[in-house]
Parts: sequence; C-alpha cells; structure tokens
Amino acid sequence: MKIEKIIQLLDAKIVCGSHRISDDISNAFSSDLMSDVLTLDAENMLLITGLANVQIIRTAEVAEIHHLVIVRNKKVSEDIVELANELNMILIESPYSMFKASGILYANGLNPLY
Amino acid sequence: MIELRFILEGGDFDRAGTASSETKKILKQLNIDPRVIKHTVVALYEAEVNIAAHAYRGEVTITVSDHQIVAVLKDEGPGIADIKRAMLEGFSTASPKVREMGFGAGMGLPNMKKNADVLEVESTPGSGTTVKMIFDF
Ligand SMILES: Nc1ncnc2c1ncn2[C@@H]1O[C@H](COP(=O)(O)OP(=O)(O)OP(=O)(O)O)[C@@H](O)[C@H]1O
Ligand SMILES: [Mg+2]
Repeated sequence: MKIEKIIQLLDAKIVCGSHRISDDISNAFSSDLMSDVLTLDAENMLLITGLANVQIIRTAEVAEIHHLVIVRNKKVSEDIVELANELNMILIESPYSMFKASGILYANGLNPLY
Repeated sequence: MIELRFILEGGDFDRAGTASSETKKILKQLNIDPRVIKHTVVALYEAEVNIAAHAYRGEVTITVSDHQIVAVLKDEGPGIADIKRAMLEGFSTASPKVREMGFGAGMGLPNMKKNADVLEVESTPGSGTTVKMIFDF
C-alpha cells in the first residue's frame, strides 16, 4: 500500500519525509512497546505507534524502519522531526486511535506483520 | 582494526542510542553485510538503553576486525544479583518512567542473546555490570 493512500485513509498529515510519499509498504505492526518492536525481523514495515518520543526514532533507526504513523493526535517535537529527517524517515500524524487506524488499514488490505 | 568509544550516562534517554547510531554509520562505511549491521545495532541499542534505564554511567567500546565486531559495555551501577533470572523473557525491574517510554518488557537481554553470536554478562552487585557481545561475519 502506498504511503499516500495511508495518509488519505487515516486523515493524516505529513510531518517530515514527504519524498517517501509514493513508497509501497507491504506490512504493518502497531505497538507502544519499543521492546517488542526491537525483536521484530521485518523489512519495509510500517510502524504505527501512540508514542511521540525520541525512542521511537532511535528504535526505528536500528530496526531499519523508515515509515512511522503516530496516532491519537500526538505531536512530535522539533528535535524529533530533525532527527527523523536526518535519518531519511517519513513521519505522519493521525488523529485516530491506534485501534481505529490499524483497523482501517487492515480492512483496506495492508497485511499484518504476523 | 577499528576501535570506537562512547561514554553513556544513566538516566540520559535523549542520548541513549547515539552510540548505536554512530556505530551503524561506521559499519555501513565499512561495507559490512546489512544483516550483521542490523543484529549489531539492535543488540547494542538494547544494551545502551539498559545502561540508561538501570545503571549510573557506562563506557562502550566497539572493535571491528576482519571477521567480527566486539562490543563491550561496562557500567557503574547497581549490578545484577541474579543474571539467570535477568536473562528470562519478561523479567524486568524497570521504573514506571522507563515503561512510559516504551521499554521495560524484560525483552532486552533475551533479544541481545538472539542477535549476538556470543553474549557474556558479568556483574558485581553494588558495583556494576559488563556486557560483552560478539558478532561474526
Ligand atoms: N546494565 C544493567 N545494570 C543493572 N541491571 C540491569 C542491567 N541490564 C539489565 N539489568 C537488569 O536485568 C533486567 C532485565 O533486563 P532486560 O534488558 O532483559 O529487560 P528490561 O531492560 O527491564 O526491559 P526491556 O529491555 O524489554 O526494555 C532489568 O530489568 C534489570 O533489572
Ligand atoms: Mg532492557
């Protein structure tokens, strides 16, 4: 699924990394637990999270995740945006809850990681 | 042979991950297999977060030679009284603050074991912990 479709489905807005808008994502994982995200073995995965801290960016960096959705209308700070930019990631913010965002993407055909 | 050194502060979550980040850049420049890089930086990040979460201060030394990466993280801190128990999935003494940040599931040490070819944990309660990891390629 293209990132631009995800943005449209989640009524989301791009925070940074708009050059990745036509990237095609094969699967997704929703979690507020970075401990869990760090155990995943996946490439080209979308991370949906309700956290908006620097740890989600560091976790994504080491786990080779380049596409993140921040749900529940959480806003990331300037330094987080700067770091994500530097690391060539796209960050998008959605007003939907994690359950709603995940449900919509699943119903529209985005595969779960497992 | 290349040696990298980083100093870590307990409780400093803003900087936890910078050693992994710097190491990743260097390993990429050295053209090391991306899978080895991922295993190394994931395990290193877990170990860095452990120092931020559980110790007072620490020192990281990364040595890259022809066929392996060796990471040694030596900290001053409370140490680990029962290492066997700490290695179990789900065992955690993380504070509520650490849990709020998305950690504290008791998955770090098991994940380091999974990602490294060798993991050695030595600890003196009341003094500190040394974690050594080897990644072969
Ligand atoms: N460097 C350290 N100094 C002191 N105690 C440690 C250290 N590293 C780990 N521990 C102890 O071992 C436990 C298990 O560590 P582990 O990394 O597996 O889980 P965690 O850090 O609690 O949670 P997670 O890694 O999932 O975020 C910790 O809760 C802590 O009690
Ligand atoms: Mg840990």
